[in-house]
Amino acid sequence: MGEDRWIEVTGLHKTYRARRSEPTHALSDVTFTVRRGEFVSVVGPSGCGKTTLLKILAGIVSRSQGTVRVAGRDVTGPLPEVGMVFQTPTLLPWRTVLQNVMVPVEVRKLDAPVYRERAERLLAMVGLDGFEGRYPHELSGGMQQRAGICRALVHDPAVLLMDEPFGALDALTRESMNVELLRIWRESGQTVVFVTHSIPEAVFLCDRVVVLSPRPGRIAEIVDIGLERPRTLGAMASDRAGFFVERIRRHFNATGVIDS
Amino acid sequence: MDPWERPELLLAPAVFVVTMLAWEFVVPAFGVEDYVLPRPSQIFHALRTQLADPLFWGHLKVTVLESGYGFLLGVAAALVLGTAISQVRLIERTFMPYVVAFQTVPKVALAPLFVVWFGFGMTSKVVMAAVISFFPVLVNVIEGLRSADADRIQMLTVFGAGRFQVFRMVRLPSALPFIFAGLDIGIVFAILGAVVGEFIGAKEGLGYLLLQTNYNFDIAGMFAVLVVLSVLGLIAHFIVRFAQRRLVFWAEENRVIGT
Repeated sequence: MGEDRWIEVTGLHKTYRARRSEPTHALSDVTFTVRRGEFVSVVGPSGCGKTTLLKILAGIVSRSQGTVRVAGRDVTGPLPEVGMVFQTPTLLPWRTVLQNVMVPVEVRKLDAPVYRERAERLLAMVGLDGFEGRYPHELSGGMQQRAGICRALVHDPAVLLMDEPFGALDALTRESMNVELLRIWRESGQTVVFVTHSIPEAVFLCDRVVVLSPRPGRIAEIVDIGLERPRTLGAMASDRAGFFVERIRRHFNATGVIDS
Repeated sequence: MDPWERPELLLAPAVFVVTMLAWEFVVPAFGVEDYVLPRPSQIFHALRTQLADPLFWGHLKVTVLESGYGFLLGVAAALVLGTAISQVRLIERTFMPYVVAFQTVPKVALAPLFVVWFGFGMTSKVVMAAVISFFPVLVNVIEGLRSADADRIQMLTVFGAGRFQVFRMVRLPSALPFIFAGLDIGIVFAILGAVVGEFIGAKEGLGYLLLQTNYNFDIAGMFAVLVVLSVLGLIAHFIVRFAQRRLVFWAEENRVIGT
């Protein structure tokens, strides 16, 4: 396995076949690679199959054609090298914050005391120290999603998959979560695949942006975001950032799709 | 606390006092005889007499044991069958038609049959209590185990959880509010089952005592037994609620907002 091909998707097709209805062609001939430690996002209009792509990487949706390799392994089911953050925090209400973060450790039967320390460090890193013993309903939406990020990172996965994780948050919380995510990424060094339908968010966060066309999703362009790091929210107002946002947005205007 | 903020705290007991007073003093004024509808003071007297009688405590113990064992038996069966039905499609398709068919039978009507099969002792009442408390629990176990949120199951699957881990970590806790709703109905049904069983054929128990007082035209004594049965039902209900509050602490209704 090469560090350059840490995630390798080749000729991926996905067709959903439902009984008594036309098959839905969700993804068509998708090919791309992600380097180790890279932050890549996938953008596209609603229904372009970006969540499907992420679920295939997570090993919970089967592919129709093509190969998918993550960290040098063929994806045939959920891999221990993968952590995932979902659209909603999806915390278990009967578990405390710490117990929620420990779910992957418990499921994979890893050494609990070792990882509990890591879980506490992660929680402290996202500003949730002191909330370990609280229950999810005692936390705000942003705090819950931060706990969700800690859960995805607790078993130190090689790859972090994020499915529109900040879509349900208000704009201000979303911006601060973006800044925080970059900080976490810098400190933990994970390879990140981040699905979003917000082009500015993708430009702010990513090294490269994979642009998917409307259904069936195929790769319209892969854009290198040549903005220096560390990035600040202020830098997003710059002409260079605007240039990348425009360049990605053009794809959707050309096909008559207005992206929100 | 300001009493005007929670007027029901005053009104609820007030209704009781007013009803008792009216019953005690107004009902006799309309010429209703004491042996038809005894006054509260007479019922209270009969209750005190009963409570002082060791025989009464024997009857109470029998009914409590019958409904208790019956309830535990019914719940255990409902948990096992409910889990199997909700988790294994083949078992669901094989047994569900029978469950539905049997559910429509008025279970109380089976009591004479159980007395014939299991005799005048406690066994027939335990079976009656078990059968009658079985269904509300079963229905809620099935419904509860199916109620688990699909996103939570997907989350666990992504992190590598197998079927049993998903069951233990998501399905079972999600089912608890449903199961407790079933237990709450089931435990009251169990007492009902035991008493009905005692009506049909028994030598002891509160149902038997109720029939005895009836034969003797001791209406005040009947009311006294009814009071005891109500209190028994209430205690059973509160035991279930207490366990529920300890175990299902995260449910919306237990969430404290403000002060």
